Amino acid sequence: MSSSWAVIVFIATLIAALALVHKPLGDYMAHTLESTRHARVERVLYRTGGVDPDAEQSWGRYLRAVLAFSGVSLVFLYIFMRVQHHFWPPYDVPGMSADQAWNTATSFVTNTNWQSYSGENALGYVVQMAGLAVQNFLSAAVGIAVAIALVRGFARSNTNRLGNFWVDLTRISLRVLLPISILFAIVFVGAGMVQNLHHYADLQTLTGGTQTLTGGPVASQEVIKELGTNGGGFYNVNSAHPFENPTTWTNWLQIFLLLAISFSLPRTFGKIVGDKRQGYAIVSVMALLFVLSLGLNVAAQTVHHGTVPTAVGSSAEGTDTRFGVPDSAVFATGTTLTSTGAVDSFHDSYTSLGGATLLLNMMLGEIAPGGTGSGLYGMLVLAVLSVFIAGLMVGRTPEYLGKKLAAREMKFASLYILTTPLVALVGTAAAMALPGERASMLNSGAHGLSEVLYAFTSAANNNGSAFAGISVNTVWYNTALGLAMLIGRFLPMVFVLGLAGSLARQKPVPASEGTLPTHRLLFVGLLTSVTLIVVALTYFPALALGPLAEGLH
Amino acid sequence: MRSMIISLRTLLASLRMLLLFTVILGIAYPLAITAVAQIPGLKSRADGSLLTSQGKVVGSKLLGQNFLDDKGAPLPQYFQSRPSAAGDGYDPTATSASNLGPESIVDTLPDPSVKDDTGTQSLLTQVCSRSLAVGELDGVSGARPFCTPDGVGAVLGVFWSGPGYHGTVTRVVSLDQSGTATPFLATYRGVKVELAKFGENYAKAQVVPIRGTAPAHPAVPADAVTASGSGLDPEISPAYASIQLARVASARGISVAQVQAVVAKFSKGRDLGFLGEPRVNVLQLNAALDAQYPTK
Repeated sequence: MSSSWAVIVFIATLIAALALVHKPLGDYMAHTLESTRHARVERVLYRTGGVDPDAEQSWGRYLRAVLAFSGVSLVFLYIFMRVQHHFWPPYDVPGMSADQAWNTATSFVTNTNWQSYSGENALGYVVQMAGLAVQNFLSAAVGIAVAIALVRGFARSNTNRLGNFWVDLTRISLRVLLPISILFAIVFVGAGMVQNLHHYADLQTLTGGTQTLTGGPVASQEVIKELGTNGGGFYNVNSAHPFENPTTWTNWLQIFLLLAISFSLPRTFGKIVGDKRQGYAIVSVMALLFVLSLGLNVAAQTVHHGTVPTAVGSSAEGTDTRFGVPDSAVFATGTTLTSTGAVDSFHDSYTSLGGATLLLNMMLGEIAPGGTGSGLYGMLVLAVLSVFIAGLMVGRTPEYLGKKLAAREMKFASLYILTTPLVALVGTAAAMALPGERASMLNSGAHGLSEVLYAFTSAANNNGSAFAGISVNTVWYNTALGLAMLIGRFLPMVFVLGLAGSLARQKPVPASEGTLPTHRLLFVGLLTSVTLIVVALTYFPALALGPLAEGLH
Repeated sequence: MRSMIISLRTLLASLRMLLLFTVILGIAYPLAITAVAQIPGLKSRADGSLLTSQGKVVGSKLLGQNFLDDKGAPLPQYFQSRPSAAGDGYDPTATSASNLGPESIVDTLPDPSVKDDTGTQSLLTQVCSRSLAVGELDGVSGARPFCTPDGVGAVLGVFWSGPGYHGTVTRVVSLDQSGTATPFLATYRGVKVELAKFGENYAKAQVVPIRGTAPAHPAVPADAVTASGSGLDPEISPAYASIQLARVASARGISVAQVQAVVAKFSKGRDLGFLGEPRVNVLQLNAALDAQYPTK
């Protein structure tokens, strides 16, 4: 099989597998989250935890539970990393510095998993396992919970009740994420991923030198890293490391896992609002944007325009032999279109246009399909905006799924859309204005600007991947990027839950002749264009100075 | 207003829930997977897929190694791995990629007043110098597009009379060549090409990489001149293995066909015909050669 056919089959099998799993997984999540029955284990958990699982929450209460839980998680993780050297140490690591612990704690609690540390020598096994991996589960579950609360806002009427955060959090973690993780962790061990608690040991190499063999509970963390669209690698080089991604099919499986939940949630949405066609419309937009972006990136990487790629004869720099350039480009697209940020190849060395499409993916707001939960609520907010714009064109009050979109709803939607670009662009501008922060760039000129822009875009959108040449383990970057992640995660959640609250309170309006049908092709086209136009207008100037300037030079 | 404040009760409930989840997801789950990983068949993989050769553990099948002598020169009897940006090369405690971009083409020259200063090589110069070295070692042409014959980036700094990059060319510098090198072009647009000197400021010059006449598909394969993402890449392309055959055969005093037979044993095509790329595991190959055809 020629190499272009191989990547086509690679992509086709991925899409087929996602299409296959989308229905059962989406239905299962809807059933799990809407069921009124608690499992016995869960009852024990609620009782010990001191929460009432049967009390429905208003949007304010739901939000406060989200913020309290995430805040407590942040403080807990911060302290855990500061004192990690007091725990049973498999090898000697010092406690983390204050600024780096702040950065890492926000990073994992916000589902970003930006890493300014290097896994193999900055963190012990205990904190990776009982600190970071726990947040891999919980931050993903928080995202899904908020998305479901918004869906309930559409589905319910004349009420202020959006469900119970504790129940949603628990069921997503224990009934959705955990079983899938257990299954694939064992599969991953079978493929050669390490799963042990051994000390680092020195080996004698074939030529008589020494090489240190690293260990760790990697497989169990790897699954949830992908499934929960987290992306924080156990080791510094993430999914490029042979112990984190030993072979070609684990690479395929990781891409599948990081897309699976986000591509299934529109089905969950359709099921809960009682009209599956609405879910199909949303998933079509996601799939369309995904395929477009994937095609662009794979083409840019295989055509390999640019001085060094031409000298090399391919864009092999920063890619491992077993994956090759095209499969690595598929991974890169998947990881930046979701909020994952795991990498199996290094984006800083991508061709200018290949790197630009990855940046653009994050700038889309990660909605195709986006992070677990955050992708769905991001897309639904854009759907609200699209319906509103269509309403303006014909001069009538817009409605979506039987709910009027009036001033209050549009305020929440607009604030949501403004938050992330503001954080990303202001952060980049601040870094470029300070001479010391500019010096952190590894590459110079336009590529250096791309490094900084990529860092802030990645943080504000909670992605976590990097143009990794930039040295971000400085007090300024640790602090600033930590803030960007925090604001980029929780401020949008406030607006989403506010929107959910005001939707749930409404009486449904019956659809009339003038209602824009939101399950037809017309709407799919409208939503896709609105998404692209909003992003293009927001980010074009910054992109023109960075990757586009480099690619055209 | 009271309702906007997160109550102490909610915070305490949050903490208790977090601790419970930590026990289930952070302790019970990973330890259970570790326990399952003790099953024979899984255990060797969970421990790092160690490779034993002639009764000795020589590394992990999944981690690449250096095959260099004490001075860092390639040992001719071994197949060479790819360049690595992990520490001093293939260091699992410092895994890394180079992270250099596609237009990293201008070197920072070494300061002659500082002893052993090597400057900072651009990615282009790294690629060119590796290509030259591999070509010499394996007896093939090391020429590549945008590379000088002495193995650095073929990049000119062109000064114009102005405004901007317009008017006439006033001065031309070969930005990556210095010291005793011969400029890779004698003249550019009628102006003599100079060598770069440490400390001179070329910021005003237009940077012009020169393609040259090297073939688009050079004899030294792409993976031989680029650093991997992990810095621990255990494999090389079949093309890179094949240019090393003759050298390894002569260093071991055996025929090319004998080496080829061992290479074939550790070569893989795309898995299932479409996953990843064809590849050869270097450590397993070299260990098998040592076992079968020992050198002295």
